[in-house]
Amino acid sequence: MPSPLIVDQLRKSYGGREVVAGLSFALQRGECYGLLGPNGAGKTTTLRCCLGLTAPESGTITLLDEPVPARAREARIKVGVVPQFDNLDPDFSCAENILVYGRYFEMPSAAIRARIPALMEFAGLAGKENTNIKNLSGGMKRRLTLARALVNDPDLLVLDEPTTGLDPQARHLIWERLKRLIGEGKTILLTTHFMDEAERLCHRLAIMDDGRIVTEGTPRDLIGRHIEKEVVEVYGEGAPAWAAAEAGNFSRRCEVSGETAFCYVDDALPLLAHLAERPALRTLHRPANLEDVFLKLTGRELRD
Amino acid sequence: MTTLDTSLPRFSRRIFAVWNRNFLVWRKLAIPSVLGNLADPMIYLFGLGYGLGKLLPDVGGVSYIVFLAAGTVCASTMNAASFEALYSAFSRMHVQKTWEAILNAPIDLDDVVGGELLWCATKATLSGVAILVVVAALGLVPSPLALWALPAIFLIALTFSAMGLIVTALAPSYDFFMYYFTLLITPMTLLCGVFFPVDQLPATAQAIGQALPLTHAVALVRPLLLGQLPVAPLLNVAVLLLVALVSYWIALVLTRKRLLS
Repeated sequence: MPSPLIVDQLRKSYGGREVVAGLSFALQRGECYGLLGPNGAGKTTTLRCCLGLTAPESGTITLLDEPVPARAREARIKVGVVPQFDNLDPDFSCAENILVYGRYFEMPSAAIRARIPALMEFAGLAGKENTNIKNLSGGMKRRLTLARALVNDPDLLVLDEPTTGLDPQARHLIWERLKRLIGEGKTILLTTHFMDEAERLCHRLAIMDDGRIVTEGTPRDLIGRHIEKEVVEVYGEGAPAWAAAEAGNFSRRCEVSGETAFCYVDDALPLLAHLAERPALRTLHRPANLEDVFLKLTGRELRD
Repeated sequence: MTTLDTSLPRFSRRIFAVWNRNFLVWRKLAIPSVLGNLADPMIYLFGLGYGLGKLLPDVGGVSYIVFLAAGTVCASTMNAASFEALYSAFSRMHVQKTWEAILNAPIDLDDVVGGELLWCATKATLSGVAILVVVAALGLVPSPLALWALPAIFLIALTFSAMGLIVTALAPSYDFFMYYFTLLITPMTLLCGVFFPVDQLPATAQAIGQALPLTHAVALVRPLLLGQLPVAPLLNVAVLLLVALVSYWIALVLTRKRLLS
């Protein structure tokens, strides 16, 4: 089956700065693909290019078999988009939001109305059809935006930081719904800078920095490829001095950030035994995760 | 990359989906909205028309309120178009990000701006026509020739909506709109024959007035409401149409630059 989205050598600059610098990736049908990166890595710009909302300088994009931007509008007929910032219509109720949005897809009103109960149910908003948007919580708005993006029964769902700004309960609910969609066979493209989100949802992901893909693969694969198995975090006033003097004996790679030393090891036992004799240093032992890969590849310094 | 997309406006039936969205919002507040739009011009029309009118001899061969009625229809259409194309369209574009949401659906920016133009013009037409209806009900309109004012009002509404969309495309915030009203809309109201015949003005002011679209709007509508044929209707229509088309094209190019770069 053809790929729902193929991006090849995409480039885009703003004011002389290359925001997307030769990006290539392709989605497989039915997978959830994540674009990860720090703020300013070019994630949102990449999505805008893919949807045909801005023209790239060079490179080709094929979205649901249509060339973008030339036939982006036609491609968007089978795409659903959840933008980074809520842009629900504040003058409408929940049901009206979905109804009006469906009309942009030239769907007959009766067909949209028939879909509204299922969409509201999916969003966990059953019974709130006539509620005004102003009376919804942040999580409810996000879910309604997701339901709105599904009004046209899209083949591809594009989500730009779907859970930014939500509390843990709201995030878990969104994840659960997205998993359900993946289970139904929808293809999903999402951007995020939450590693746990990517690890939970994405079949494959790409870590972006400075407009480029630094690495691509399954979450497990990336952790295996780029980082040691285990991490021992060492905290406390003496941690930086200890790291400078002794960490090298136990760990090939140890990064110090503030008063914490992150020791990456394949076998943590010798290090833990050593630390047990130094009660002034507090420790946290955990398996390596995607965040460790992300920080290794994109660095620890702030981006915005 | 700063190249401008200067291609001519593309029109499709999708503009009606955008129009329809605005119509549905308006419908929720239709009655207060119409009354609100009527109140201000009516106060001026009756206040000045009957109050000031008592002190005046006939103006342009008719009583002052009859003279003022046509000016009020035009000015009110202009104001309604400007308010909708500035404040309301800016809210939808910049504050609520409604346009952004629409652009994620299979609708192009040309459709969005086209739908906004048509909507602003519709709402302004309603404003102008509402005044015309009140004036007619008072028996101030002697001839069915006034029916020709209806398409004229729609054209005026289109013209000022298109001009307003240029300002919206450039506006960083609501404050910016004050310049447009102070520097263009208010002077136009005084230079274009809304309140008094332009031949009262010094020659320079008259010359400036001739170049302004509201002059052509008044020149078209006033005779029709008095039961006369306009002196140069083709010229008036051509000027309004030209301003509308060129303004719309500029507004679209600027909006493409603002939202699609």
